[in-house]
Amino acid sequence: MPTVWDEVRGREIIDRHAEREGPLLPILHDLQAGFGCIPSAAVPFVAEALNLTRAEVHGVVSFYHDFRDRPAGRHVLKLCRAEACQSMDGEAMAQRALDRFGVVWGGTTPDGSLTVEAVYCLGLCACGPSALLDGQPIGRLGPASLDDIAREVAVR
Amino acid sequence: MTRVFVPRDAAARAVGADCVAAALQHEAEQRGLAIELVRNGSRGLFWLEPMIEVETPAGRIAYGPVTPADVAGLFEADLVSGGAHALRIGRPEEVPFLKRQTRVTFARCGIVDPLSLEDYRAHGGYRGLARAHALGPAGTVQEVTASGLRGRGGAGFPTGIKWQTAADTAADRKYIVCNADEGDSGTYADRMLMEGDPFSLIEGMTIAGYAVGAAKGYIYVRSEYPDAIRAMEQAIVVACAAGCLDGFDLEVRVGAGAYVCGEETSLLESLEGRRGQVRAKPPLPAHKGLFGRPTVINNLVTLATVPAILADGAKVYADLGMGRSRGTMPIQIAGNAKHGGLFEAAFGLSLGEIVEEIGGGTASGRPVRAVQVGGPLGAYFPKSLFDTPFDYEAFTARDGLIGHGGVVVFDDSVDMARQARFALEFCAIESCGKCTPCRIGSTRGVEVIDKILAGEHADANISLVTELCETMKFGSLCALGGFTPYPVLSALRHFPEDFAS
Repeated sequence: MPTVWDEVRGREIIDRHAEREGPLLPILHDLQAGFGCIPSAAVPFVAEALNLTRAEVHGVVSFYHDFRDRPAGRHVLKLCRAEACQSMDGEAMAQRALDRFGVVWGGTTPDGSLTVEAVYCLGLCACGPSALLDGQPIGRLGPASLDDIAREVAVR
Repeated sequence: MTRVFVPRDAAARAVGADCVAAALQHEAEQRGLAIELVRNGSRGLFWLEPMIEVETPAGRIAYGPVTPADVAGLFEADLVSGGAHALRIGRPEEVPFLKRQTRVTFARCGIVDPLSLEDYRAHGGYRGLARAHALGPAGTVQEVTASGLRGRGGAGFPTGIKWQTAADTAADRKYIVCNADEGDSGTYADRMLMEGDPFSLIEGMTIAGYAVGAAKGYIYVRSEYPDAIRAMEQAIVVACAAGCLDGFDLEVRVGAGAYVCGEETSLLESLEGRRGQVRAKPPLPAHKGLFGRPTVINNLVTLATVPAILADGAKVYADLGMGRSRGTMPIQIAGNAKHGGLFEAAFGLSLGEIVEEIGGGTASGRPVRAVQVGGPLGAYFPKSLFDTPFDYEAFTARDGLIGHGGVVVFDDSVDMARQARFALEFCAIESCGKCTPCRIGSTRGVEVIDKILAGEHADANISLVTELCETMKFGSLCALGGFTPYPVLSALRHFPEDFAS
């Protein structure tokens, strides 16, 4: 995944949505899918295309938890910290995960293989504690799941 | 060819449904058996997931929870004929958890192939739209009003009145917006329907568009639901190709991780491409909503219930329920529950029945201590309030709310001071920043609770946090700041012992 801003590719992404109503979020999602984050260099181009100020675009990028200013690790593990998972001792499981991978919330392992993030509800609330690994749901998280995750992250 | 059903619901996948499906396919091939694998939605009996079903002459027979290691043994036990096995559940409809339900909104979920229009039609789909066409737009709005349907997102506003307002407002264009930003912990009804019966939402929105004169609809789905987004997008393509959209244009938009965008005006801001900051009301969205145009914005469950109301008539729906809460509610039993799952029933069950009888108490086997109803902004109920009937007004009368129908069970290991602290912490993380009581009050609230727990002037600080909650309640524009006090004050009131240092 390229992480440096590429004006041609960036413009392609922006233009793809130009005719839609309220195109900013779809554009930002696609930019992040393409570049791994919202590169700060992209902001003026988005602003110009949508007739917004750079401040307005930056304001939107920084408002939403999903948008990153730098790429995540090769894999992203989102651990649910909301009430239903808390009731299943999810906080203790989450702490075990952070300890095991040696990161803090939002942190990436030194080899760049994994970023661990907090998420507040994945809608898997009857199968907690739950997580999402690269978009794949994991329920009834236990110590064995962490082994599976570690293996998955190293293999792929 | 024998049809075998393995749910593709994200919760079933989270506990291994994909591996079970692959093992079934592989084992059938090895044995030279022809099976047709259908990836259905979930029936909502999550403690039995992955729950597979086999179509037999005697009806569908369920087995669960199945692991890939069980698959060979299941075939040995003549799975394809519904043979005896330790994991055999029998007919799912006979499982008490399902048998006690009144499934209206979720009538098809877990039964049909979610992406088969043929299946959808065979199970009553598109009868609602046909009836709407027969009644005409005004008659359709009247029917929805007569059903007593209220907003299932939590606010409980009468749906028919909202539709009438949008219908009566003249404009060059109007919108239907589906709020599928299901951020409340303990809720998953929207997700299950999108993954298990997406056409019900498509039909509901098509009916809404016809009733109020809107030609464009948006479904705003949270980004935490990748499976639901995919299912919904696929279903729209199928419906569109089959000419089912009736000239109505439908589009999925993906949120970006902001809880507050579940608030309707904040969602509209987000759809327009701005920070998800709450708008002051009035103007109501039905007058000036998306892009300043009249907009019907409803929760997903509300919209997906409309086809059934139209198909069978308002009276059938309105005959269910109690008081001003008519019809059914998909109650989502979650957290530390023995039998966690989706339970659709007419309003009026007591909280105790839901938690103890239907939910079977805790998964941990320890005593139930507290139940949070209605998501992170809902109150914590102690066992002494388990006689509260599941009804909008009854919960309000006890300083709580039913919200979107989530019921999160906690056992006696819960620390209620920590839960109160979390409610404020969550509000601080998710506040859109527009109003001071929410933006600043939440952070100050966390600090005050920390002082209480450290034993610093505990009594004075308890009064202070109570007063702060009152300010948030009455001084915030939306439910985030306005309702965060519910979990905090209910924890303080019902579990004061947890706040002693």
